[in-house]
Amino acid sequence: MTARIGIVTFPGSLDDRDAARAVHLAGAEPVALWHDDAQIHGVDGVWLPGGFSYGDALRCGAIARFSQVMDTVKAAAGQGMPVIGVCNGFQMLCESHLLPGALVRNAHLRYRNRPARLRVETDRTAWTRLYEPGNEVVFPAKHGEGRYVADEAVLDRLEGEGRVVFRYLDNPNGSMRDIAGVTNEAGNVVGLMPHPEHAVEALTGPSTDGLGIVASVLAHLSEGVRR
Amino acid sequence: MTRDLNVAVDTVGVADATPDEKQPWAELGLKEDEYQRIREVLGRRPTQSELAMYSIMWSEHCSYKSSKVHLRQFGEKNPRTPRLLAGIGENAGVVAIDDHIAVTFKVESHNHPSYVEPKQGAATGVGGIIRDIIAMGARPIAVMDSLRFGAIDHPDTARVLPGVVDGIGHYGNCVGLPNIGGETYFDPCYQGNPLVNALSVGVMPRSRLQSMQASGTGNIVILLGAKTGRDGIGGVSVLASATFSESGEGDARPSVQVGDPFTEKLLIEVCLELFDAGLVVGVQDLGGAGLTCALSETAAAGDGGMHVDLELVPLRAEGMEPQDILASESQERMLLIVDPAKAEEVLARSRRWGLLATAIGTVTGTGRLVVDFHGQTVVDVPPKSLADEGPVYNRPFTEPNDLGLIAVDRAETLPRPATDEEIRQTVLDMAASPNLCDKSWITEQYDSSVFGNTVLGAPHDAGVIRLDERTGVGIAISLDGNGRFARLDPYHGAQLALAEAYRNVAVTGATPIAVSDCLNFGSPEDPHVMWQFERAVTGIADGCQKLGIPVTGGNVSFYNQTGREAIHPTPVIGVLGVIDDVARRIPLGLGRTGDTIALIGTTLEELSGSEWAQVKHGHLGGVPPKVDLDHEMKLAELLGRLAGTEQLAAAHDLSEGGLAQALVEAICHSGLGAQILLPEGADPFTYLFSESSGRVLVVIPRGQELAVRTACEQRGLPITPLGVTDANTDGLHLRDHFDLTRGDLEAAWKGRIGSRLGE
Repeated sequence: MTARIGIVTFPGSLDDRDAARAVHLAGAEPVALWHDDAQIHGVDGVWLPGGFSYGDALRCGAIARFSQVMDTVKAAAGQGMPVIGVCNGFQMLCESHLLPGALVRNAHLRYRNRPARLRVETDRTAWTRLYEPGNEVVFPAKHGEGRYVADEAVLDRLEGEGRVVFRYLDNPNGSMRDIAGVTNEAGNVVGLMPHPEHAVEALTGPSTDGLGIVASVLAHLSEGVRR
Repeated sequence: MTRDLNVAVDTVGVADATPDEKQPWAELGLKEDEYQRIREVLGRRPTQSELAMYSIMWSEHCSYKSSKVHLRQFGEKNPRTPRLLAGIGENAGVVAIDDHIAVTFKVESHNHPSYVEPKQGAATGVGGIIRDIIAMGARPIAVMDSLRFGAIDHPDTARVLPGVVDGIGHYGNCVGLPNIGGETYFDPCYQGNPLVNALSVGVMPRSRLQSMQASGTGNIVILLGAKTGRDGIGGVSVLASATFSESGEGDARPSVQVGDPFTEKLLIEVCLELFDAGLVVGVQDLGGAGLTCALSETAAAGDGGMHVDLELVPLRAEGMEPQDILASESQERMLLIVDPAKAEEVLARSRRWGLLATAIGTVTGTGRLVVDFHGQTVVDVPPKSLADEGPVYNRPFTEPNDLGLIAVDRAETLPRPATDEEIRQTVLDMAASPNLCDKSWITEQYDSSVFGNTVLGAPHDAGVIRLDERTGVGIAISLDGNGRFARLDPYHGAQLALAEAYRNVAVTGATPIAVSDCLNFGSPEDPHVMWQFERAVTGIADGCQKLGIPVTGGNVSFYNQTGREAIHPTPVIGVLGVIDDVARRIPLGLGRTGDTIALIGTTLEELSGSEWAQVKHGHLGGVPPKVDLDHEMKLAELLGRLAGTEQLAAAHDLSEGGLAQALVEAICHSGLGAQILLPEGADPFTYLFSESSGRVLVVIPRGQELAVRTACEQRGLPITPLGVTDANTDGLHLRDHFDLTRGDLEAAWKGRIGSRLGE
């Protein structure tokens, strides 16, 4: 039986269909979840997609933290369920304190859309285990509030514990230490600003490197079953 | 501001009793004879609310009163095609793609608001065109924009351009639509009148096509979306239907609306859910002219009667008078006509998305649009008199006196670069000029990949979107205009824009099937402007008839002038094409090393109206390049065929800047260099910078040269081999003349917009 990945639609979510396509192309089953429904319907993993949930009211991702579904997602993440947040989803994970740090206005103060070259820094997460550390991948980065910030102690700790997952090779937004994505201590929760779901077909994306994200979580889940 | 309870509402009864009350019809933009006609229609003086409604619906913007007599040509000359499912007069034209899928698209202007308040003006322009697409039953899937500003170094351009781009980006990005291309031009004639033309395209199952009819007596009228506020009151009747005074524009500021893309995103999702569930009888978006327009148009299109209780409209400001509520242009609202048995489900589904939905009235069989406010009747009119029976003007038009002088002032006589070094420098200067330089400072502020179906976006000649992942069927769209050519000759200038958009679609391998146009002109009250308009419309109508593709809709923007200075006549043409399999689209670039570079088409000595004349001499005169629509049709058919058989590695339309600029762009877009040898006897300057129409630079994979040449010859299309692509050539090697390294080209072409705006 194939793994079921839940994709949450919040009011203002934009990349939910695209995430579903990526999950489908990589061989898993996408399952639609709804922000106002605490049930996650037995999924094996959760994808928080990009967009402008709740119109970016207050701060990006700030209101999503209080949604019905996020209570369940937080609890499941605590039990080890793989959770990924992309762009606005990454902002939600930071606002929900599932990941450290925050995403603020780009240093150049503009929304910018460019293919981002990233270095994979660790394969010790549920979502990157099929990449090799040092691999270079290209995902589109497109956001106005994607500058990753945290205090020095937190950054040092992330580096020390190998929890920086992706680093920009051409930093597009002024992120501290070129950080594009991070993980939690257990490695099951990953957040990143660039969009792997927009790099799954040669026809429409700058690469197909994004398929590795879903393939990784499938490998992670099937290994879990074998254990 | 709270409502003064002592001020009595101007009801129909009051109007009957006070026939001689002085009314501010002139301030609302009505002419005296128009006011008298309203009194005749009603048999009494209008109430304040009615006067507001007539002034809006009979404005230039809503009634097309100056353009109607000319726009009829589109209907008369449009080729008949079974693809056309809905045409002019609908919110947007709808064309069939195959037996199951239809596409709707439209381009519209938001020029005046974008000058007054660039960010919100441009943002709400995007929002408005998206709602037109929803109203046809389609899911919006992409946007494009055609922008024109004053001189790039003018201080006001640094105010207008970043705001416009921010507005388009913010709205499109938040609502989740990829921006798949467009154009940006600078010319001093647009200094006080920038042009912001936005296009949106949507897709739907053919069975989901919606109607704007308020039919079925007893059906419920539901207002969906944002609350109604004071924003935008007078937007269309005052702002978009009059010329900016030379003294300043400050008084127009409150007339610009404020956009909320988050609510628009919810509107899209709710409307599509309601359409799919079969819950909607009729639908109309609220844009310019707000409730006034939506109520009168749906009532006029339906059974002819409607009763509305205006106090039920949710308001965001206190103390709004009925005429304010009717005239408000608050954004992100739609009007739905719903069967009473389904009304509760409509309200429930809207609530689930957190979107406001309110029943405000019912469809009646009375033939009258009646609006009550707290039980008092403030409007009682025949709706067709508002929507369909507005004034029609046959305005005088005369050829401008200066046209003969302009025609003989030919750019072909201007001094030209003489040496190879001078020509080399001209290539760089042209590549660095505002109209030809890299526009990524703008396009990087737009999302281009959301939905995951963008196959080609900026800077390609046309945007290409996949519609169906299973079959690979898709569409290509291009948006083009050239005000300089149209100033020299509006008839042929309009056809040149049409030909360019048509060719840009064909260059991707798609087959052009339909047109939408945005006609930007000065004041229709100036007979010279009206002449330009008549000529341009005739040119487009004749051109579309010849090309066999119908005009499906569009928009007219008059009064783009400050004082007596009108903009160049600027018809902007959107052409939509269909491509059976997007995997076979032809991209921009240079293919693989060793491929052949060739030019299809004929290069004549045509420099009048060119970018070279503008950049090097600040010159505009002569006659524009010739248009040959027969040739364009053959060329399009050839490109579609070669795309289908995968016999082209890349292609690029030649337009502003000619062959030189096409080579610069192809090289900068690819990782390869180009070795070029001009044909024997060709004058290098003319060959590089002429803007002759109907030309395409093609890159032919190794082994296909003969097949492509034969295909061209069979169709009588001249093809000239120019050279090869080469990984070992750094940039452009023009044999016997000069070299330009990739570094030279990129230094000239890239990063210009931001730096010239002072960033």
